[in-house]
Amino acid sequence: MTQLRNSAFTGTNVADGRAAAVPATPADAAQPGPPLTGAGGPPANGWSPAGILANGWARLLLGLIIPAAVLAAWQLSTAAGVFSVVQLPPPAMVLDAAVDLLQRGQLGQHIGISTQRVLIGFAAGAALGLVFGSLVGLSKFADALLAPTIGALRAVPSLAWVPLLILWMKIGEDSKITLILIGAFFPVFTTVSLALRHVDRNLVEAARAFGLKGVKLLTTVQLPAVVPAVFSGLRLALAQAWLFLVAAELIASSMGLGFLLTDSQNNGRTDRLLLAIVLLAVIGKITDALLGLAEKWAVKRWA
Amino acid sequence: MTAVLSSSAPETSLDADAGATTRTPALAVAFRSLRRTFGTGAAAHTVLRDVDFEIRAGEVLAILGTSGCGKSTLLRATAGLDSPTAGSVDIDGTPVQGIDSRCAFAFQEPRLLPWHTLQANIAIGLPTGISARDGKAKVGRLLELVGLTDFAKHRPREISGGMAQRASLARALARNPGVLLLDEPFGALDALTRIKMQDLLLDIHRAEPTTVLLVTHDVDEALQLADRIIILGKEANAGEGAAPGATIVRTVHVPGGRPRDRGSVELARMRASLLETLGVDSR
Ligand SMILES: Nc1ncnc2c1ncn2[C@@H]1O[C@H](COP(=O)(O)OP(=O)(O)O)[C@@H](O)[C@H]1O
Ligand SMILES: [Mg+2]
Repeated sequence: MTQLRNSAFTGTNVADGRAAAVPATPADAAQPGPPLTGAGGPPANGWSPAGILANGWARLLLGLIIPAAVLAAWQLSTAAGVFSVVQLPPPAMVLDAAVDLLQRGQLGQHIGISTQRVLIGFAAGAALGLVFGSLVGLSKFADALLAPTIGALRAVPSLAWVPLLILWMKIGEDSKITLILIGAFFPVFTTVSLALRHVDRNLVEAARAFGLKGVKLLTTVQLPAVVPAVFSGLRLALAQAWLFLVAAELIASSMGLGFLLTDSQNNGRTDRLLLAIVLLAVIGKITDALLGLAEKWAVKRWA
Repeated sequence: MTAVLSSSAPETSLDADAGATTRTPALAVAFRSLRRTFGTGAAAHTVLRDVDFEIRAGEVLAILGTSGCGKSTLLRATAGLDSPTAGSVDIDGTPVQGIDSRCAFAFQEPRLLPWHTLQANIAIGLPTGISARDGKAKVGRLLELVGLTDFAKHRPREISGGMAQRASLARALARNPGVLLLDEPFGALDALTRIKMQDLLLDIHRAEPTTVLLVTHDVDEALQLADRIIILGKEANAGEGAAPGATIVRTVHVPGGRPRDRGSVELARMRASLLETLGVDSR
């Protein structure tokens, strides 16, 4: 009987080699988790670095320091005549160009059509990425069937699609949105399919034991478990969507911020060119911040 | 050892309205020449072999055995989460094929969904087809039964391990299972909480005498709760070339109705004997 050894009666509980998910607590009472901030560190108050970073407004101001410095350097260098107006017009000229375009009703049109293309392409690409990422992440069969093809498509540099898309879909909205869709698809597909493979198997097994399967299992257990990964994929996808938008509009369009870039280049309107760049930076940042807010809410809700 | 069968004592009903939703009757379970081998070819690894046993409807069976001997594998086969390589598990005379809705499982870890409230987690155990209203009422009763009414809207991370384990038990009970499978459900709890949970389980079984398969590594727990105890292990006299895999090496009837006197001399003698079979010197 010596081959039977058991550590189970010593009071420790490492029976299965699976660590117990929940620590034994001496008292059977509510144990709220530790506070997320200030654990062990200095109290977040006053002017300590942690205190400043804990304050949202202070953080915002801190983040604005460098853009303000760049703006100041821009203003000073142009005022001092370091660059010619064609090379680098002063900020005021860029502002004038914005007001001018706004009054002609063109600025709203450029911004509107570009944002619309990005949002539609992003939504469609992200949705497809979620569907195919779920399939490949959950089914070994789908993985074997689809992953090589998707991997090969992914290896194609984005701009290589442009001539084909134009040939097939003409220079309309479809070709641009399709290109953006391609750009948004891959980050979501990759993060979702990878994250789904690492969902806690114990949770999935428990849900299966209670009869959950298929789409219900996916929406009840697997997708909620990968919400943080889905959002990091979505944010990458959104950045890609803006990137691909400019690629699409640079090559063939008569409207949009990418068109404003090429058009201004051809006409020597550096002020408008800079305006387009600033607008891309600002709108890109705003859409990313909005997605970040959604992420914060979702992670709090689902994690 | 005198084999005295305990008689279930359903004198008191825990909550009178527990039968408001249709109650599934306790179901008999039988292991028939069950064998489970993982892997194939050279990597084949037989964990269980020749497991033959019949559990009566409403009986509480404790399953003891060293770590890794296949206790969880046996329960998973019963629930249909795993399928035996040979033989079968029959519930109420029909073999288990795929996830079996007649069973409910409580695992060693609570395995609650972190993004759901306790209430929503328990509702996952409800049988399919139950109306929203009945389901809600049932979850409410179960929360009360396990003493978590005040925590219905809490998330799992906001409660203690003992409370989470009670929620996990409630989720299993929500099913009205014909067979309740408990895989070391109290193993991770401190001694005091464990005793409270054992008493709770006895109360529940008295109110709804379902069939219970309880895996435990705690001999005292088995002696407190079970009608019978089986020990899984390698056969004692197995030589070098013996068949691999664990099987039932001992079956013990535990005498006396529950709750039992934890200090009784007879239980102490049985404890020593069981520990010896498990390879632990009790002195
Ligand atoms: N899915 C699996 N694949 C391969 N081996 C497994 C699998 N599940 C369990 N085993 C093996 O079966 C044996 C028994 O496991 P288990 O039933 O969990 O033991 P116990 O619950 O008695 O501690 C272990 O050696 C384990 O490595
Ligand atoms: Mg186990």
